[in-house]
Amino acid sequence: CGAVVMAQKGARPYDRIGEQVFAKVDKINAELFTLTYGSIVTQLVKDYEDLGEVNTQLEKMGYNIGVRLIEEFLARSNVGRCADFTETAEVVAKVGFKMFLGITANVTDWDAEKKEFSLVLDDNPLTEFVELPESYNKLWYANILCGVIRGALEMVQMKVEATYVKCVLHGHDVSEIRVLLKEILTDEIPASMRDE
Amino acid sequence: MSVPYTFTIVGKNDNPLYEAEFASGVKAKEQAHHLSQFVIHSSIDLVEEAVWKSTAMNLKGVDRFGKSYISSFVTAGHIKFMLLHEKKEEDAIKGFFQDVYELYVKIAINPFYQLNTPITSVAFDSRVKKLGAKYF
Repeated sequence: CGAVVMAQKGARPYDRIGEQVFAKVDKINAELFTLTYGSIVTQLVKDYEDLGEVNTQLEKMGYNIGVRLIEEFLARSNVGRCADFTETAEVVAKVGFKMFLGITANVTDWDAEKKEFSLVLDDNPLTEFVELPESYNKLWYANILCGVIRGALEMVQMKVEATYVKCVLHGHDVSEIRVLLKEILTDEIPASMRDE
Repeated sequence: MSVPYTFTIVGKNDNPLYEAEFASGVKAKEQAHHLSQFVIHSSIDLVEEAVWKSTAMNLKGVDRFGKSYISSFVTAGHIKFMLLHEKKEEDAIKGFFQDVYELYVKIAINPFYQLNTPITSVAFDSRVKKLGAKYF
C-alpha cells in the first residue's frame, strides 16, 4: 500500500511545480483583487439586468484573459507538452490555478473516455466575503474562470467547454467546474489571413 | 434579571439598518421595545456631537435615560452602533462592539450589499445574537 502511494506521488510532481512557480510570481493584495472583481460583477449585473447574459459576459471576459494568460503561464512555468488530456487537467489544476489564484484545484470525476473532468475548488479568492442575494440563483459569480480555461486551452490547440455545476455561493460545500474536451484543433490559417 | 439590551445599527441618515434585542431574562414587552427605539433615536444627536470630540470609534457612554445608559460606537463611515443597557459594563460592551464591527465590515465588503441599506443577512443576524448571548 505504501508503494502505491509513493508511485502516485512520483507521477504527480505538479503540486511541487505549482508551488515553485507561485513563489516566483509577483503578488497583489487579495482584498483588492476580490473587491475589484466584485465591482466588475455588480456593474455587469446593473448593466445587463438579465443574469444569464451576465454569465455569458463573464465567460467572454474570461476567454479574453485566458488567451493572453497562457503565454505568461508557459513562459513562467516551463511545463512541457502534456502527453494527454488527463495531464492537461492536472497542470491546469495544480500549476495554473496555483500560479494565478494561489489555490490548487482537485481533478475528479473523469468520464470513461477521459474527455471530461471536474475541477473542484475548496476556496476561491474571487468569492471571499460574497453573499449572493436571494434572487440571484442563476448567476455563476466566478464564471470568468470558465472563460479563462476555455481561452487558455484554445491557444494550446484544445477546444473545451467549461461550465460551473456547483458554487459555494449557492450553498454547495465546494465549487465545481466541469470541463469537456470537444476537439483537438489542428493548425489552421487564422481567419484574417485566410481571406487574402 | 429581566435586563433587555437593545442593539441598533443606524445609518448616515438616521435610518435604522439593523435591530436586535438581548434579554438575559424575561423578554421585553412590546411597549418597552418601542420605548427603547425612541430612546436610542433621541440620543443620536448627542452621538453626532461626540463623534467630533473623540478620535476613537468607541464612544462608550453618550447618554442616559432614567436608569438606562446608551453607549455608542461609530464606524469610520459614520454608521452608528447604539446599545441601550441598564448596567455599566464598559469592557463587555467594548468587546461586543469590536466583534460586531468585524461582522459589519464583512457585510460591507460584500459587493452586493449597498451601504446605508438595511442588513437582511440571516447569517449576520444569528451571529450578532450569539455575540449578544456571549457578552451579556
